[in-house]
Amino acid sequence: MQFLGYLISGISLGSVYALIALGYTMVYGIAKMLNFAHGDVIMVGGYMVYFTFCSRGWNPLLAVLFAMAVCTLLGITIERVAYRPLRSAPSLAVLITAIGVSFLLQNSAMLLWKSDPKSFTSIISMDPITIAGGQLSIPAETIVTILVSVIIMIILIWFVNKTRIGHAMKAVSEDRGAAQLMGINVNGIISLTFAIGSGLAAIAGALLLSSYPTLIPTTGAMPGIKAFVAAVFGGIGSIPGAFLGGVLLGVIENLSKAYISTQLSDAIVFLVLIIVLLVKPTGLLGKKTAVKV
Amino acid sequence: MKKLITAAVTGVLAASFVMSACAAETIKIGGIGPITGAAAIYGNNVKNGMEIAVEDVNATNPDLQFELQFEDDEHDPEKSVNAYNTLKDWGMQLLGGTVTTSPCLAVGAEALNDNMLLLTPSASSQDVIDLGDNVFQVCFTDPNQGSASADYISEQKLGEKIGVIYNSADAYSSGIYSTFIAEAEAVGLEVVAEEAFTDDNSTDLTTQVQSCQNAGADLIFLPIYYTPASQVLIAADKMGYEPKFFGCDGLDGLLTVEGFDTSLAEGVMLLTPFVADADDEKTKDFVAKYAEKTGGDVPNQFAADGYDVVQVLYAACEEAGVTSDMDASEVCEAVKAVLTGGEFSYDGLTGEGMTWDASGAVSKAPRGMIIENGEYVGLD
Amino acid sequence: MAKKGGNNRKKSTRTYIFSFALILVFWAVVEILGHMNMLSSKMLGLLIPICAYAIMAVSLNLVVGFLGELSLGHAAFMLAGATAGVVFYNSAGLNMPQVLRVIITLVIGAAAAGLFGVIVGVPVLRFSGDYLAIVTLAFCQILKNVLSTTYLGVDSAGIHLAFDQGSFRLEPGAKPLIKGAQPISGINKISPDMMVSFTVGIVLLILTVAFVLNLMNSRAGRAITAIRDDEIAAKSIGINLTRYKLMAFISSAVFAGLAGVIYVLNLSTLDFKKYDYNLSINVLVMVVLGGMGNVPGSIIAAALLTFLPELLRNFSQYRMFIYSIVLIVIMLFNQAPAFVQLRQRLTAKIRGKNAQEPEGGEKADTEFFEAKKQGKEDE
Repeated sequence: MQFLGYLISGISLGSVYALIALGYTMVYGIAKMLNFAHGDVIMVGGYMVYFTFCSRGWNPLLAVLFAMAVCTLLGITIERVAYRPLRSAPSLAVLITAIGVSFLLQNSAMLLWKSDPKSFTSIISMDPITIAGGQLSIPAETIVTILVSVIIMIILIWFVNKTRIGHAMKAVSEDRGAAQLMGINVNGIISLTFAIGSGLAAIAGALLLSSYPTLIPTTGAMPGIKAFVAAVFGGIGSIPGAFLGGVLLGVIENLSKAYISTQLSDAIVFLVLIIVLLVKPTGLLGKKTAVKV
Repeated sequence: MKKLITAAVTGVLAASFVMSACAAETIKIGGIGPITGAAAIYGNNVKNGMEIAVEDVNATNPDLQFELQFEDDEHDPEKSVNAYNTLKDWGMQLLGGTVTTSPCLAVGAEALNDNMLLLTPSASSQDVIDLGDNVFQVCFTDPNQGSASADYISEQKLGEKIGVIYNSADAYSSGIYSTFIAEAEAVGLEVVAEEAFTDDNSTDLTTQVQSCQNAGADLIFLPIYYTPASQVLIAADKMGYEPKFFGCDGLDGLLTVEGFDTSLAEGVMLLTPFVADADDEKTKDFVAKYAEKTGGDVPNQFAADGYDVVQVLYAACEEAGVTSDMDASEVCEAVKAVLTGGEFSYDGLTGEGMTWDASGAVSKAPRGMIIENGEYVGLD
Repeated sequence: MAKKGGNNRKKSTRTYIFSFALILVFWAVVEILGHMNMLSSKMLGLLIPICAYAIMAVSLNLVVGFLGELSLGHAAFMLAGATAGVVFYNSAGLNMPQVLRVIITLVIGAAAAGLFGVIVGVPVLRFSGDYLAIVTLAFCQILKNVLSTTYLGVDSAGIHLAFDQGSFRLEPGAKPLIKGAQPISGINKISPDMMVSFTVGIVLLILTVAFVLNLMNSRAGRAITAIRDDEIAAKSIGINLTRYKLMAFISSAVFAGLAGVIYVLNLSTLDFKKYDYNLSINVLVMVVLGGMGNVPGSIIAAALLTFLPELLRNFSQYRMFIYSIVLIVIMLFNQAPAFVQLRQRLTAKIRGKNAQEPEGGEKADTEFFEAKKQGKEDE
């Protein structure tokens, strides 16, 4: 029963990672860049929900929609101003710019909203579900986060595989030059990807903070890095991989805290990651690509 | 382009090579702490506290004026030494900093070389005052807090089975933790769970709380800052787990976290030198000024420590007859002689009758507080 | 290629001269101003960090620029070198003459970092691209985490090593060398005179640059760049991939270890928390800003990025905000194709007819970037 308790809190954390990793992997798959600022867009989303829902008492759904709109706009702006001029520059240059954007977002948040922590009120007002005669309770946030991640994952898979725009995205991801030749608006597709990724970040921010309620300007940084690890763990670029990677990462993190050592849990998580990658070098669900010569 | 950059760099370097000469009219006080970065909350509080104190002391005596410059260190030892050197170039005569422990160890070593007096508001590690005889603290030393907490819990019989949740990557938290465990063993407290977290995995503290619950802890000792503490309280509440909570001075600030449901903090006990809603005139006055300065914020103990640093330095300077033409080393000797002379005592926001000895540690009585109906109430 | 050979040699000689001239001029200016007491404390304080970061950037350039692999864990080698060095410096080294003590500390730091480089390199170099990046990041986090739970001390009963507080007991009076997450403090400086430490830093920087440039112009160096440009082609002509990759990776680690030693000896304190991915990323920014495979560029960028935040001090809490904007703008200006073209046109105009060739380093950079990109897209 104790084990189940730890497992559930692991899944709860993991589903948040999964949600963030979905946004990461989406952008990586299509724009082929590691958007280090993704975690900070989550933070911005968190503040938006905080100011509308927690402070002004908006309807939670409306607050999340508002945050999504802000983050989408933010994502498109970042892409347009900071990443698009570097479209044909080396990927490392974009990576460094993304780091610059991440610093910028954190420092702007610090100037605008101060550095004192804000305690986030959960946007989910349902009671926890108790099972096994009250011995075990599952927080409603956990259930909602898992459901939302699964739903988003399914929508994304459907969107990418079944719609015209999704096909265009896949084409851009496979071969940007060829896609352009076929008349696909590559810039538009990449903007759209950033819009979707950032919109997802707003949802991720709201759910992250509902489960783990401390909001400071650096709130998004560590979950962002962990989600990046999760995305690689699952096979970067793969949508179900990001979900699986996120959930597993959360479970491993919490079980190693519970049963091995709280002090060494970071080391254990990363050790497991290295071992998994040694066995399966492209991540759990990553595609093995043959190198053409 | 490369050459352009080179030229620019050389120019800039050359410009800053030239030292600026400044005429000292008043005593120059330096402050160092994180006002950007993840630890910015602590630095900003100290900075505000120090600024308010400087306004206060300058109003009392027109013959002895303080001028304060506060530099950012991002909670990084390297940046902190840079900040220290910047202040030295400015002509600093006394240093009220640094705010956090690890930068203080680096700056303390520099200050020792220069014989600069260093009075830190909140770098509480024993190692800080061990650096040399020119380093003093306004806050309690970590080992004292750890052993005082263990003694208090055992004397008051607050709990049978103790759980501890601490930040193993943080000097403050792990410092208190280690002396708490040692003292707990000495006084016969049963510690059933020792759960750590690090800054890298502090997003989720549920597992640590679960482990305490599973070990049957009826009191959880929290030698951590109030931000993660608020997470622990929320996590315990979600689980329906209701142990007693006991913390140190880092917990102060818990009630002022924006959006935090303060009913969760009911019954939390803490040993702290300062509470913002205390009834005495001094505290009330300070809290009002702080709110006025920051647009409504409530000061935490860091702000109070910062305030006391300036007040203590001012009182010591007055007594030692420090003048603006003395260099840092002379000021240091004069102030040190006053502080450790045995006569000097100061009543501040963070304690009555504070005195110092040659070790640099402050001697003041910690106050046991309990949170009742959203307010701090003295335990004894 | 045969035709280009002569050019390449000329270019490498130019790089040598430029790199050493840059370092020596920097050293000479500081020495002269230092002896005339014209240096502010702030400048004096920045000297060693600049040397340390320059060594870090040059050594990381070996992996990122020359080998073409993205490493996000360079701070780990700095940490490994610093920790091993300090443990020696504060224990066995205490009774030695200072010169010998510093030299042995540097050797131990370099050796420890190199050893960690082997441990990390063997598994890591089986990966490439983002997977390699994440695994180096993982090793960095592991080292930092494990060191923060290590307790080490020496007393008359011998060496005590433990991984939890409870089982670590020293005789009273014995000072622990590592006590978990508590920063190691009270590390004496190389010398109370900053100029002596600075000279040590400059010597190490020259050593690093000389090694890297020599390596790159040797047979091994050509093998390493061949691997970067086309791994499969390199393999097919019989280049031992593992050997040369490891060579680049481990040398890079060794120099990062040296940088770690002078860095902490200067700072008098060692806090494991600092050596995380943020530090690695900062060094990476220096490498990219200075130009991939551009050694003098790395040195300049390291100095610039160490100096810039200090220059912005007057802006108080807006400091890091401005810094981030500057960083983005520099990257756009330096790397965005539109800007690069504009710049090239401008330089061509300014130089007028004297312009024999576009700036060598720049050109090579863009060419390499293009090549790299092409390679990536071909996969």
